[in-house]
Amino acid sequence: MYSFEPSEEQQMLVDAVGKYAINDLRPAAHEAEESREFPRKLVSKGWELGLLQASTPEAYGGFGERSAVTCALAVEEMAFGDLAGALAVMTPSLFATPILLTGSEEQKQEYLPRVIEGDWAPYTAALIEYRFDFDPNALKTTAKASAGDYILDGEKAFVPFAKDAEAMIVYADLDGITQGFIVPKNSAGLTISNERENLMGLNALPMYRVKLDTVKVPASNRLGGASGHNFELVLASMRIASASAAVGVAKASFEYAKNYAKEREAFGVKIAQKQAIAFMLAEMATEIEAMRLLTWEAAWKLDNQKDDAATEAYLAFTGAADMAMMVTDRGVQILGGHGYIREHPVELFMRNGRGFAMLVGLAIV
Amino acid sequence: MTIEFESPKPIVQTQFVLKTVAEEMMRSKSRYFDEHEHEIPWDYIEFMHTAMKSMGVGSLAPKEKSNGGNGGEPKEKRPPIAYQSLAAQIEMLSWGDVGFYLITPGGGLGAAAVQAAGTSEQKAKFLARFTEDKPTFAAMCMTEAGAGSDTSAIRARAVLDEKTNEWVINGEKIFVTAGDKAFTEYEKFGGGFIVVWASIDPSAGRAGMRAFVVESGTKGVTVSKLEHKLGIRASDTATISLVDARVPYDHILGSPTVEKTTTGFKGAMATFDATRPLVAASGLGVARAALEFLKEKLDENGVEIRYGLPRQKLSNIEREFIDMEIMLKSAWLMVIKAVWMADNKKPNALESSMSKVRAGDVGTKITQKAVEILGPLGYSREFLLEKWFRDAKITDIYEGTGQINRLVVARQILGYSGSELR
Ligand SMILES: Cc1cc2nc3c(=O)[nH]c(=O)nc-3n(C[C@H](O)[C@H](O)[C@H](O)COP(=O)(O)OP(=O)(O)OC[C@H]3O[C@@H](n4cnc5c(N)ncnc54)[C@H](O)[C@@H]3O)c2cc1C
Repeated sequence: MYSFEPSEEQQMLVDAVGKYAINDLRPAAHEAEESREFPRKLVSKGWELGLLQASTPEAYGGFGERSAVTCALAVEEMAFGDLAGALAVMTPSLFATPILLTGSEEQKQEYLPRVIEGDWAPYTAALIEYRFDFDPNALKTTAKASAGDYILDGEKAFVPFAKDAEAMIVYADLDGITQGFIVPKNSAGLTISNERENLMGLNALPMYRVKLDTVKVPASNRLGGASGHNFELVLASMRIASASAAVGVAKASFEYAKNYAKEREAFGVKIAQKQAIAFMLAEMATEIEAMRLLTWEAAWKLDNQKDDAATEAYLAFTGAADMAMMVTDRGVQILGGHGYIREHPVELFMRNGRGFAMLVGLAIV
Repeated sequence: MTIEFESPKPIVQTQFVLKTVAEEMMRSKSRYFDEHEHEIPWDYIEFMHTAMKSMGVGSLAPKEKSNGGNGGEPKEKRPPIAYQSLAAQIEMLSWGDVGFYLITPGGGLGAAAVQAAGTSEQKAKFLARFTEDKPTFAAMCMTEAGAGSDTSAIRARAVLDEKTNEWVINGEKIFVTAGDKAFTEYEKFGGGFIVVWASIDPSAGRAGMRAFVVESGTKGVTVSKLEHKLGIRASDTATISLVDARVPYDHILGSPTVEKTTTGFKGAMATFDATRPLVAASGLGVARAALEFLKEKLDENGVEIRYGLPRQKLSNIEREFIDMEIMLKSAWLMVIKAVWMADNKKPNALESSMSKVRAGDVGTKITQKAVEILGPLGYSREFLLEKWFRDAKITDIYEGTGQINRLVVARQILGYSGSELR
């Protein structure tokens, strides 16, 4: 059957996340972006909503089963508040979710309770590389098997909270395929840049470069254990999260522009009464809905282990990234000159909107 | 409730059957009827009539009653899927050939109007014919030379003759899809009808607009012209003139008196909420045909689509193809959501117009791009692709142009009335 109505449980979660997004994240977003710091108190408050905990079985310290659809709903809602804040709250998932999805039993038992049971703590992952043709399936960072260990070499970029991370998953090329490796804090050969990344947007999210110079990890730290894991599944989950976040940011821009257009007057009418504006809004709403549905379908396919789930996640990610750019650009356009001024959030939405095409790996469902 | 994307089994089965029909009965004749406009594909029509009768689908209009009530114990209640099923059928038939789909016997838009605005007696009286022996058609006549998008500008007039208790209708309707088959009395067809929109009180504006069922062969009514078109040439597009045409009193759909409300007009709009996603589905069927054809030709020429690569590593053809696929899939989900809402009796004016906006855009873009990518092969009449390009364009025009549907969407999201946003 087809059905487009969240379950009661999902709706409750969405409502709770929505409240946090609107009452906590959004009011803090501007100041956080300008001061390059998200109040840790707010991050903790978001963590207490228990998104990750609700996706983790009791055996590993959580209280639920993971559903990509539910996560997609929650990510959209949270990103609607503020993207940087949402990513900060969800950073520990970058570490925990791949373990939950593809980790060995030992890895799950060792790491999941640690991440889940306490307060928000900086566990993270390093996927992105600083190259124009960055491709998660063709990494330059390498892993080589060597006498029961793996040796990691390379450089990673845009790694959230790397500075004080307890542990991170580093993705590297192992004989032509991408594999994740659990790298603990203070591993020999691991250097984290002192300088934070300086990007067009997402400045409230502290991100760092990570250098790996013959970093040795035991074979048991390979995600999934000795035989490794299915990276496609991890990547699909990342893409669905990015797509959901893109829908959330686009919706934020759309809603703001819509409300503005109903207030602002020009030539004796509200600007929303002009077709040039109204049609932009209609198209924005249509595109947002289109990509939301495609993302939901991809998430549903992932949950139901459909063969084409990974392809669908790729399509949703690619489409949602374009959509976010189109919609957030129009958000600025509808506010005119005022849209260009940082007092209104639409310019931040636009800067964030541009990022989705390259920012796979900063969120995961 | 929950979020789910599993196509219901009965729908998948119907699609499977219709795919064969599309290939054997439609595609094989597409070129011929494109080049012989105004000839009637009798074989297709008769085949479809027989097939639909034997499948128990008299008409493409969804049934009121739930399926499976054989008088025994009430079965476990399944969620209704009539509109979803209809959308899937229309998509598949249009994948075969939209022109043919539009002349599939059954109620079409005429029956949809009766469904949406008629009383139960009227439904019984007018809709039974579609399951009888001969293929039968109905059509919807709203548009006039001076009134297209602005339906409130129609000039057709209906006056009650109190002596005979008949409505007397005058006016001229243009662009009536299947108007000829619904109105002209062909021996091979059963008697159809047209639904004619006219005003019973021009001073009342939209509140005075009503639809009338005019039986085929009614005196004073003539099919005065058949259009020559860019595409969908297998489908007749008729001009119908009504000169003192008399129809019985109870052929009026909706109330015969004018209140100071716009209920009459709302009847027409309710029809559109139901039919817009179906028109969208049709447009997406053509788009899918074009995209699949493109894929086939790329495969033949050894061009692979490498899914999963970041944008900047894709070739131009790959980028275009992937974009087309994103457009098509997401547009289809919008259609499904709109008809799912209709099935579940949720108000869907917004979703239904959104799906039409998107399908109008997507159908046009995909067929345009497919022709472009295949170069001379795309432009040649050796293949049907160039025809699908011509066929697809209609989706953005009828049942409310792309602009009109944008207006509907915008009014919905802004909470504006028609006078606040024109
Ligand atoms: C093949 C075919 C089959 C058809 N079948 C039927 C049928 O079965 N029954 C029936 O009743 N009609 C039918 N139509 C008519 C169709 O619905 C109309 O053509 C359509 O609604 C547009 O009306 P118009 O052609 O008069 O264009 P116009 O209304 O003159 O529009 C011209 C342009 O102006 C734009 N426009 C108009 N109003 C606005 C506005 N307020 N804001 C912004 N832009 C605006 C339109 O989008 C369009 O781009 C059919 C048409 C065709 C071509």
